[in-house]
Amino acid sequence: MTASHPVISSVIHMKNIVRAAALACSLTAAFAAQAHNVWLLPSSTVLSKPDWVTVDAAVSNDLFFFNHRPLALDNLSVTAPDGTAVQAENMSRGKLRSVFDLNLAQPGTYRLAVINDGVFAQWKDKATGQAKRARGNPQNIASQIPADAQDVQVTQSSGRIESFVTVGKPSAIKASGKGLEMIPVTAPSDLVKGEKASFVLQVDGQPARDVEVTVTQGSTRYRDKVGEQTLKTDANGQFSITWAQAGMYWLEATTKDSKTSVANAKERRLSYAATLEVMP
Amino acid sequence: MQIRYSLALASLLGAPAFAAGLNVSIEVPRLDVAEYHRPYVAAWIERADQSVAGTLAVWYDIKNKGNAEGEGTKWLKDMRQWWRRIGRELQMPVDGVSGATRPAGKHQVQAAEGSVQLPKLAPGAYMLYVEAAREVGGREIVSIPFQWPPAQAAQASAAGSSELGEVRLELKP
Repeated sequence: MTASHPVISSVIHMKNIVRAAALACSLTAAFAAQAHNVWLLPSSTVLSKPDWVTVDAAVSNDLFFFNHRPLALDNLSVTAPDGTAVQAENMSRGKLRSVFDLNLAQPGTYRLAVINDGVFAQWKDKATGQAKRARGNPQNIASQIPADAQDVQVTQSSGRIESFVTVGKPSAIKASGKGLEMIPVTAPSDLVKGEKASFVLQVDGQPARDVEVTVTQGSTRYRDKVGEQTLKTDANGQFSITWAQAGMYWLEATTKDSKTSVANAKERRLSYAATLEVMP
Repeated sequence: MQIRYSLALASLLGAPAFAAGLNVSIEVPRLDVAEYHRPYVAAWIERADQSVAGTLAVWYDIKNKGNAEGEGTKWLKDMRQWWRRIGRELQMPVDGVSGATRPAGKHQVQAAEGSVQLPKLAPGAYMLYVEAAREVGGREIVSIPFQWPPAQAAQASAAGSSELGEVRLELKP
């Protein structure tokens, strides 16, 4: 009988670890871009004529395999070449991925984006001194923090997850002027193995200088090393990459500043991720 | 890819009666595969700066399955380089340029300088490209460099290894 005690206690211990890990996961999900790979994966990025595309959207550990969580599409925004909004159809959220269809009727480049604006708060409970946390949006975060909370820290987050699909001849991408975003210098439909491509990062419409950009080729499941490339934007917010191989690529950049729009928020964390296809 | 040049003895035969231009012979190889579709083929000429001087031919599935835009145009983008360089600027079909896909064998494309296919070329270095893309198959591109205008009739050829056979370029001064 005595021998069973250590076993029981280790099981309880394990449960605590799992619970702690789950909590940590849900907290990092507030800034999901850093924790996992978040992506939109279109069935085609280049079309000869107006047609349908279907898009997978997921938060995953491997590129581009849906093996973790579906990506929430509440803030999906698809912009047509003429600037009008395109309505996604057949939107569905599975256990491991989300899916939607798009009817692309115009020639030019479509911008597919999931734009998430969030607020994260942490404080100490006055009575117990316990650490408390809450997440929400700029409108509702204040109502979640008790009036007598101590050591309140509020952080704003702004994230953009994108991909591009071009029908016929590419058209220019117009900056939204909000948050961290990428404006292609080389059209996303013109990325070719062995050729150099350039892009500009902007924060609120201004060049984002000295921002680190990581570029990772897909199919990470089939190689031992992630093999991501790290680049940095120049004084004009521009960076360039010469594609070593054809394939789907995932690009990510993060930065932070103090331009918050929420009361008490000192810091704004900005993230950007894009899926790009490179042709052989 | 092998490129062979040979100078024809045209100069011995006196000045040619036809306008300056070029002939391209494109071989669609016979392939022993379970599911065969005739390849889409594009032939075009690029200047040294990669801009396109003219599209000589585009062979695609022009069958029009009740769709005003033509179902076959959907796959034009699979001739990737042609699509990027000029294909996406064109409205298919193009008179005197586009046509139906071809069966296995050698096919001739003729273009006189000053035609839709081959506008007047400034003197300089050019490249002939032939690109083939096959449904449920592969893609291949074959190129032949040449100088324009040719001092005398000349020929050059190159061969593909999978989706294209011999490509022969004949220059006519």
